[in-house]
Amino acid sequence: MLEILSDNWLLLLVGQWPEGPMGGLVATIGLALVSLALAFPLGVLLALGRISSHKIFYWPATVVVYLVRGLPLIMFIFWAYFFLPLVIGTSVSGVVTMAAALILYEGAYLSEIIRSGIQALPAGQMEAGRSLGLSHMQTMRKIVLPQALHNTIPSILSQFISTVKETSLGFVISVHELTFAASQVNNILLTKPFEVFALLALTYFVLNLILTGVVKLVEIRMNGTRPVAA
Amino acid sequence: MNYTLDFGALLSNGYPTLIWGGLLTTLKMTVIAWVLAFALGSVLAVLRMLNIRALNYLIVVYVAFHRNVPMLVHILLWYFGVAAIMPVALDDVINVVGGEFFYATIAVGLVTAAYVSEDLRSAIRAIPRGQMEASRSLGLSYLRTMRKVILPQAFKISIPPLTNQTLLLFKNTSLAMAIGLIELTGAGREIESATFKTFEIYTVVTVLYLVISLLLMLLGAYLSKRVTYVTKAR
Repeated sequence: MLEILSDNWLLLLVGQWPEGPMGGLVATIGLALVSLALAFPLGVLLALGRISSHKIFYWPATVVVYLVRGLPLIMFIFWAYFFLPLVIGTSVSGVVTMAAALILYEGAYLSEIIRSGIQALPAGQMEAGRSLGLSHMQTMRKIVLPQALHNTIPSILSQFISTVKETSLGFVISVHELTFAASQVNNILLTKPFEVFALLALTYFVLNLILTGVVKLVEIRMNGTRPVAA
Repeated sequence: MNYTLDFGALLSNGYPTLIWGGLLTTLKMTVIAWVLAFALGSVLAVLRMLNIRALNYLIVVYVAFHRNVPMLVHILLWYFGVAAIMPVALDDVINVVGGEFFYATIAVGLVTAAYVSEDLRSAIRAIPRGQMEASRSLGLSYLRTMRKVILPQAFKISIPPLTNQTLLLFKNTSLAMAIGLIELTGAGREIESATFKTFEIYTVVTVLYLVISLLLMLLGAYLSKRVTYVTKAR
């Protein structure tokens, strides 16, 4: 297994880069980072829609969340593969397709996290803001959301771990990420599938263990920084 | 956007049978993987409660490995990796049921078991110690207490998270298409590449997934409502 690693570590780390597109582990992390970063604003919007008393905001947000809960990510990837070129008018690369599917998918999951963060805040926060003369949106933006988002940082970071795992589905549409790189190595070696895929699993394992450790650290450091909503 | 809808094209060439077969495969895989996940998950949760250090260590590693590695990678590892080091005689037996189905079901079941065991463990810990003590002092053995007193309550408490795991398991069976299993998604892909009626076939597959997911959600909501009612009535 060590031999496979020492022979192919560059391919597993960056793919064909710099001759070709960036791939491997770096692409996996990059794709997860970009997707989650772009999913975040969508998540906030969907969360606001989910708690809105206006039907025009509530229903679309609710439909999106239930669609995401009820459908496999792979179907979103195929839909994005089909729809994006139609909407944009040109063909799009696999990475963009994958990112689009992930943004929608993670956006919905983030929105549930953010919504529970907002709802965990005491109602007095909103009432106090309103009685001080701030509008609903102002209170939301300046008082409720900052606290809610701060309290949900650990959960949002955990969602990053899920996103890293979900980027592996890019393999199905040949996005050059870690799983794809490993299957390339497997196709070159041909005789050592167990070693190659065990190596792949271990790589994800170590990466996510490190990320889990980071989340725990953040959680510990956050303890007591702000009064957690009762 | 020039696209003419033609759902009729999906009714020819035995496509309905293909979709129906795919749906059945998805459901079969969901049921078998579910049984595996819940059986193994319960065993792991109970073993964890025994508090034997070496055993705890093993289970923690099992859970961490299955939760931190993508399910697709587990499927690939089983289908390409484990299958390659499997004795030939066993491999022949497996190929009778179909290697794709067999290995994907095992992978999905084992991964979900890790999540189920964690959900059950936190539920077991939420049950007052007095339950165990009372039952032990009535003369029931540790395992009988677990089976008759603790686990039934733990399952009731954890209906919402377990519903979620069931839903995720159902959705995750779609990953088996990556190794070529013709389940619902795979059947949809097959028909898509044969007819190029992308929108139509994806709509059909999407609706089928949604209907089953919503039914599972409703079932979970119904169960948790019923169970609260039962506890209150006592």
